[in-house]
Amino acid sequence: MSRRHLGIFTAAVLAAASLTACGGSGDDSAASPKTLTYWASNQGASLEVDKTTLQPELDKFEKQSGIKVNLEVVPWSDLLNRLLAAAASGKGPDVVNIGNTWSASLQATGALVEFDDATLQAVGGKDRIVPAALAAAGAPGKPPAAVPLYSMAYSLYYNKKAFADAGITAPPTTWEQVSEYGKKLTKGGKWGLAIEGANPSENAHHAFTFSQQYGGEWFDSAGKPTFDTPQNVSAIKRYIDFMAADKITNPSNAEYAQNQSVSDFANGKAAMLLWQSAGSNLKTQNMPADAYGVAPVPFLASPPAGGKKVNSMVAGINMAVFKHTKNKDGALSFVKFMTSDEEQTILNKTYGSLPAVKTAASDPAFSAPEQKSIQETLVTTAAPLPQVPDESTFETLVGTAMKELFADAASGKPVTEASVKAKLTDAQQKMR
Amino acid sequence: MATSTTAPDADRRVPRAGSPARGAARRPRGPRRSLLPYLLLAPAIVLELAVHVIPMVVGVWMSLLELTQFHIRDWSTAPFVGLENYRATLDLNSAAGKELLHSFWVTLIYSVLSVGFAWLLGIAAAVVLQKPFRGRAILRALFLTPYALPVYTAVITWSFLLQRDTGLVNHVLVDQLGLLNERPFWLIGDNSFWSLLVVSVWRNWPFAFLCLMAGLQNVPGELYEAAAIDGAGFWRRLRSVTLPMLRPVNLVLLLVLFLWTFNDFNTPYVLFGGSAPEQADLISIHIYRSSFKTWDFGSGSAMSVALLLFLLVVSAAYLLITNRRRDDHA
Repeated sequence: MSRRHLGIFTAAVLAAASLTACGGSGDDSAASPKTLTYWASNQGASLEVDKTTLQPELDKFEKQSGIKVNLEVVPWSDLLNRLLAAAASGKGPDVVNIGNTWSASLQATGALVEFDDATLQAVGGKDRIVPAALAAAGAPGKPPAAVPLYSMAYSLYYNKKAFADAGITAPPTTWEQVSEYGKKLTKGGKWGLAIEGANPSENAHHAFTFSQQYGGEWFDSAGKPTFDTPQNVSAIKRYIDFMAADKITNPSNAEYAQNQSVSDFANGKAAMLLWQSAGSNLKTQNMPADAYGVAPVPFLASPPAGGKKVNSMVAGINMAVFKHTKNKDGALSFVKFMTSDEEQTILNKTYGSLPAVKTAASDPAFSAPEQKSIQETLVTTAAPLPQVPDESTFETLVGTAMKELFADAASGKPVTEASVKAKLTDAQQKMR
Repeated sequence: MATSTTAPDADRRVPRAGSPARGAARRPRGPRRSLLPYLLLAPAIVLELAVHVIPMVVGVWMSLLELTQFHIRDWSTAPFVGLENYRATLDLNSAAGKELLHSFWVTLIYSVLSVGFAWLLGIAAAVVLQKPFRGRAILRALFLTPYALPVYTAVITWSFLLQRDTGLVNHVLVDQLGLLNERPFWLIGDNSFWSLLVVSVWRNWPFAFLCLMAGLQNVPGELYEAAAIDGAGFWRRLRSVTLPMLRPVNLVLLLVLFLWTFNDFNTPYVLFGGSAPEQADLISIHIYRSSFKTWDFGSGSAMSVALLLFLLVVSAAYLLITNRRRDDHA
């Protein structure tokens, strides 16, 4: 190779090289024992709302313990990536909020502190924690990778006035009624049901519930994916059909990924919404609490053989500590503080979720209609998403497949059993 | 790179002729002088290693591992799988392979169109603004605005404009002008490709404009005068004077624009929010989805390395051909 050719070769390599050189950036972990870095998930109507909610509590903790907590509220669209980068690099926050469905996936990285009995004792004891919430904090048979912080479940929110105007007296209890009522409610630029169609996680949560009702599973007992079974195909098709066949959902919802469906419900553009603890969000959007009703998520009128009576996942936020923290004792005392009765009452009251500890649940704040409905669902008809390492991949792949199906439905392409099955088969092939 | 393609041949010949004598004269002065150039180069070499070479080698190494969430914390535990990741991602009979190929074609068409339009707009604007006139400076500044805006801000604004129900584009097209009866989707379905292309051209053409404008400053006015005396019209002058004089600029500009567009991650990521629709599934975002979203960094790296090789071949071939042609001209 002549010198000039070598020059050309080098130039070409360098010009093309930017491709492989990608990497995550991580904030530096707090080195001093007197500070902690905490990534909170976005629970309120905006990141700003969360900051103003949490900061007074963090100040209180600093007064008690002398440890300053640096807070960053991370939007949901970034949280999993950021956690993954922190796990991979061994740098980043000391304490984090994680979606409880990711517990087993993040547990598999080995980056999180294990909450064995002794560690649980250090943060207040295992017996205080609601068992269903603790079951969603890691793979079965292993010490939990996190501690439950906020508990939630899906409910059906409905606009009372829209229902009254359409002559509907009670909220739907079956999906058949949802379609029927939805058709009555869809008129004059208003729609029956709002759906967050471009948000993979939201889609995947519904995929789980509908699949349970149709008797399906997303993973077999060995943890292998079973995405394209007939039950799952029927389940996904039922959900997409609210837009594709029943036409009670605005096609625009296929673009929604920034909680626009909650806004549509708050503004009266849609009469029904399936959501977790929407109350506090609706309040900040100026929808008074007496303007909407809260009911359990519906079931199938006649469930097929094997169909389960499940109408929500056990939803919630867990708190985890990274092993790379240089201040593990401080981090655990912060977890203990956040799961104390007092903080559980204050924070869950603000967010409209339920305490993850039994001792705080008796506060009268948690007997409002919304919280009662969530409580009842959690106790009777909620089931945890599969706690397997591939869970987060399931949310991404199946949730994205559903996003694409909504896009098909919105642009008028037919959504059939075959097209749903093809998408699910594709998604399954990407699991390795 | 810029000097290797734009330096006139004369420059290169001078040192070649003079170097033996000069080298012989200076060599006896001791090792300090001969170390100096290397010392001066060292910071650049260290940075180049740190920024380009090492990450690239690491990327290649990653592509040979089964690097999933179980091993991401400690790479030494990741099983070595050799070329298995390449086999899985480049197997065109599998779903993953077909999607990668689809994404490759989408990206190629997108890049060619985007570079083409950006260049056309750039040359048109540069030629129009070549002669001084009142307000030229303002127009120049205005034209450069898209390039000066931070990419996230600019593209997020586009994504708001292109929303179906609340976006300004549909508001103007449907509500105000009444050109369409139905509100079309711009960010999902077939239109998403064209939306992405428009945003990309909008972002890139000012760079083409900037380079070509700079290039035009070097075209001597006498050439145009001579051409005008010979009776050459506007198109003839453009074809016979402007474009040949801009050739060295174009050589670099087109390559750089192509590589940038082919690798563009920010535009689709911000416009579509993480997962692009099938019709606009650019390769960078496809690779991101295949590694970050499914936590399979081994196959993500394998795709990146395959792509690197492709761009390497394209760039090297491009530089070889254009260099050879320049030698023919010389």
